[in-house]
Amino acid sequence: MSFLIVLIGTLAFAVLAPVVGCLLAGLDRKISARMQGRVGPPLLQPYYDVRKLIEKDNVSVNSTEGVYVTCALVFTLLAGGIFFSGGNLLMCVFVVTLSGLFFIVAAYSTRSPYAEIGANRETLQVMAYEPMVLFMAVAFYMASGTFDVGGAFALDAPVITTIWLVFLGFLFVLTIKLRKSPFDLSMSHHAHQEIVRGMTTEMSGKTLAKVEVMHWCENVLFMGWVGLFFVWGNPLSVVLAIVVVLAVYFLEIWIDNNFARVKWQALLKSAWLVALVAGGVNVAVLAFV
Amino acid sequence: MTYATKSPWVIHYDGSSCNGCDIEVLAALCPGYDVERFGIINTGNPKHADIFLVTGSVNEQNIKVVQEIYDQMVEPKVVVACGICACSAGIFHDCYNVIGGVDKAIPVDVYAPGCAVRPEAIIDAVVQALGILEEKSKALQAQKKGA
Amino acid sequence: MAMLGFLILFPLVVAAVLLAVRNNQARKAIVGVSAAVIGVASIWLVVAYMGAPWVSFEFYSPVADYVCSAVGVLVAAAILYYGVRYKNVWACVLAAVQVVGALVFEFAFAHGIAVTEGLYLDSLSLLMAFIIGVVGSGICVYALGYMEDFQAHEPEGAKDRRPVFFALMFVFLSAMFLIVFSNNMVWLFTGWEVTTVCSFLLIAYTRTEEAIKNAFRQIIMNLAGGIAFLVALYVMAIQFGTLSFLDFLVIGIQNPALVALPVCALAFAGLTKAAQMPFHTWLLGAMVAPTPTSALLHSSTMVKAGVFLLVKLAPVMYAGTISAQGGFLAATPGLMVILVGGLTFALCSFMAVSQTNAKRVLAYSTIANLGLITACAGVGTPEAVWAALFLILFHAIAKSLLFLCVGTAEHHIGSRDIEDMDLLFERMPRLARFMMLGIMCMFIAPFGMLVAKWATLVSFVDTGQVALIVILAFGSAATFMFWAKWLGKLSGIAGEPKNVEMTVHRSEWTSIMLMAVLAVLACIGLPLLSYFVVEPYVVSVYGVVGQDIAADNLWIASIAVAIVVIVLFAGLGRTKAKKVDVYLAGVGRDNAGRTFQNSLSGETQATARNWYLEGIFGEKRIAPIGTVMCSLVIIVAFAASAVALPGLF
Repeated sequence: MSFLIVLIGTLAFAVLAPVVGCLLAGLDRKISARMQGRVGPPLLQPYYDVRKLIEKDNVSVNSTEGVYVTCALVFTLLAGGIFFSGGNLLMCVFVVTLSGLFFIVAAYSTRSPYAEIGANRETLQVMAYEPMVLFMAVAFYMASGTFDVGGAFALDAPVITTIWLVFLGFLFVLTIKLRKSPFDLSMSHHAHQEIVRGMTTEMSGKTLAKVEVMHWCENVLFMGWVGLFFVWGNPLSVVLAIVVVLAVYFLEIWIDNNFARVKWQALLKSAWLVALVAGGVNVAVLAFV
Repeated sequence: MTYATKSPWVIHYDGSSCNGCDIEVLAALCPGYDVERFGIINTGNPKHADIFLVTGSVNEQNIKVVQEIYDQMVEPKVVVACGICACSAGIFHDCYNVIGGVDKAIPVDVYAPGCAVRPEAIIDAVVQALGILEEKSKALQAQKKGA
Repeated sequence: MAMLGFLILFPLVVAAVLLAVRNNQARKAIVGVSAAVIGVASIWLVVAYMGAPWVSFEFYSPVADYVCSAVGVLVAAAILYYGVRYKNVWACVLAAVQVVGALVFEFAFAHGIAVTEGLYLDSLSLLMAFIIGVVGSGICVYALGYMEDFQAHEPEGAKDRRPVFFALMFVFLSAMFLIVFSNNMVWLFTGWEVTTVCSFLLIAYTRTEEAIKNAFRQIIMNLAGGIAFLVALYVMAIQFGTLSFLDFLVIGIQNPALVALPVCALAFAGLTKAAQMPFHTWLLGAMVAPTPTSALLHSSTMVKAGVFLLVKLAPVMYAGTISAQGGFLAATPGLMVILVGGLTFALCSFMAVSQTNAKRVLAYSTIANLGLITACAGVGTPEAVWAALFLILFHAIAKSLLFLCVGTAEHHIGSRDIEDMDLLFERMPRLARFMMLGIMCMFIAPFGMLVAKWATLVSFVDTGQVALIVILAFGSAATFMFWAKWLGKLSGIAGEPKNVEMTVHRSEWTSIMLMAVLAVLACIGLPLLSYFVVEPYVVSVYGVVGQDIAADNLWIASIAVAIVVIVLFAGLGRTKAKKVDVYLAGVGRDNAGRTFQNSLSGETQATARNWYLEGIFGEKRIAPIGTVMCSLVIIVAFAASAVALPGLF
């Protein structure tokens, strides 16, 4: 039965998430431009970009990169489907990691020096944020008594009341997951960087379009994780969650525009320290108090 | 309509410019001119770019680089020669190592003269280039459908 | 019961025959046929007793006891012989202590204690029998082709010692069957010691100085474990008057405080055999042996004997941690095992990040995963044991697949360095895909290992093991790093390098295919395995089904596995896209070689190596921490359980 729900959820996510994600991405560029005193592109600019990419000629450096990227996209959709159909949060986390792995392998397979460095940095980034993401799922379980996302709607109070420390830690690694400066080591949406375009250096046309859509969907999913902290039995809590999500998204844009990129050592050490303190302490408190 | 015109991503290459035109190209991206209004993004990667902005003339050392960047750009693509040096080698035309304008290396679609070229002229040239890009894009679509 | 006897004795017969046969063709036939027989027999056994609870077999024979004593003496004699020959004092001392201890035990204490039900089987034994019988004998088949190449690489006129090699492999299998089917602890101990000495001889096979050194390290550590085992036997005989494993477990579950010392001692034996820190160095040293040996030690035998014993003891340790009256004493063995296992998992995962040698990465990953299994056994809840069983199974299959692939790659590309596996996707297209499958099986959802880890995490959360949650979170992150970068290295494609896999032996392909098929089937059929094999064990031991992951999620995972496998083997390599060169920022010269024109119009090669983060995860930094911490834990646990043991002092 829950199969069918996940399947329907995945299909729905595949349709809706790109729309929402595209608007979020457009908003990001618009707000960033305003922060820099510019007018900025139209709200639908990300959509135009992807449509243009699809129109481009079909070229590739090898025969496998496109397949890997497609897999990455499909598993992102599956992860979103699992999450938004109220499925298992841990499963969702694992499937997103699988998607990330396919993306890394896609970059590696091109064997471009730039993409390879990007892929190396990406594996490092995954290693940096993974503990905190696991703590997030575990803390949600300990606070709500279930790994099922749907279970959040049966709570008397949102989980943020007991795991706000984990939430703060999660906000920290969210910057890595959203590929925002100062943690956009593996590939950046800002022009001109030392490794060209990092992981996506060799991707063009349709493949790049898939990557863009994947990022939109990922962003929607991660924002869903943020919102999860704020929902409880009251249906109106969804409104609160959306408001918080928008605030968090604005915060991430602000961070993106105000911080210079750090070195990988700082990334790894700070992310692990935050995970250890925020995640470890909060989980310990939940377990023993 | 094709979407190529709504999201032209540019790559900028400095041939042997005196940097005057380069500064103007970057100035066009700054808040004063804000070309991102038109969806223009400056990428550092030929594989992502639609419009090739070249400043400075072509010489023995860089001709292959210009050609390789052009080759690595994915169809449809257009080339804009920015500044007089890129158009015709300008005051460097009789230097011992200068071959000439960019059109000596690759086909150029739009010439934007000036020393240095003004941001308005660059934007104007890019807008013209978009027309050409649209035609090329349509041609490619037709070819794809035919194939 | 005849089947059990057959599985234990048949490999011994084969070993004896192989020792005599010098003809290569004859050996091939014998090994192939007997491997198939063992495989079929073990599968038959599994099917016949599918879902069985504890089934005891009445079998008591003083002759078998004497044979065991004789084997023990032989083992000690062999160790003493090599110890004297290579002037290793420690090995001699430990072997002497052990043989004297064993003989005194046999004639002074054990003589009066008869274990009427000498053999048994339950679902855990069946699972182990499957791993030993199918994976283990698959490795024996693989060794046929591998050892042929190996012999060809030996210097001219080197003595062909392959008969001994293959005989040892089969003795190993026999000893493992003895371990998993013996209810009589003395017999179990005999099998335990035989595996120790067999792996000693296999590691020392090449007779190089390094091999001898590492073999002695292995034997010293495992003899220490063996002596701990003997201590446990003494306590059992003197204090409880029984040598039956079942009786011991029952006493232990009812009164965990009473058995704290023997359980600690047995757990110590398990930890040494499972190469947990601080004993991890023996498994790293074992890498000098030919690859089939490594595969056998790492996946289906030896280290699995260690975790097998620990998982068997899990209910006792669990009873200890939850018992109200036992206090700290009762919880000691459980805490020791949890801490050692957890620390080993995290620290060895970290160290694996810093390794470029493929076999060393595999070794560290083995130790780390065994650490996780150990920690699960220490936690001991039904859920944790469920996870431990799956970890054992998937680790055995995936790890042997990886070892076989690395061994074959090494013979064909001349290196076991991960950096040299660049472009393997085209140089050895089939092998690279199998290797990628093996790697994915080891660490990523939806493959079995990760599902088991998932269950592990949930069981840690449910029991409030905060330290283990933290360890698991960070250890898994490091796991991702070292596997993902290896996987990436394999996937690279550039130019059209020469395909060098045409000369791979058929026997090698057979085994690799077998492991790959097993891995895929096990991952896809995980929900079925859980229902038919693993849950019956958990129910038979705890009386409840302990399983944290909803069946629906398991099925979603198995569908995802199917998708990934199809993509890997059928989806890759088809595209209509025009092929273009990679971007090298300037003028490229040779795209496949990644060379470009430099500023002096010369040629420069762009190189990119993986990250090994030596400064953060280097062995020099991490290993001492683990050795010191784990040693302390073990010493404290022993001191606590020995001092507090009533009646001993």
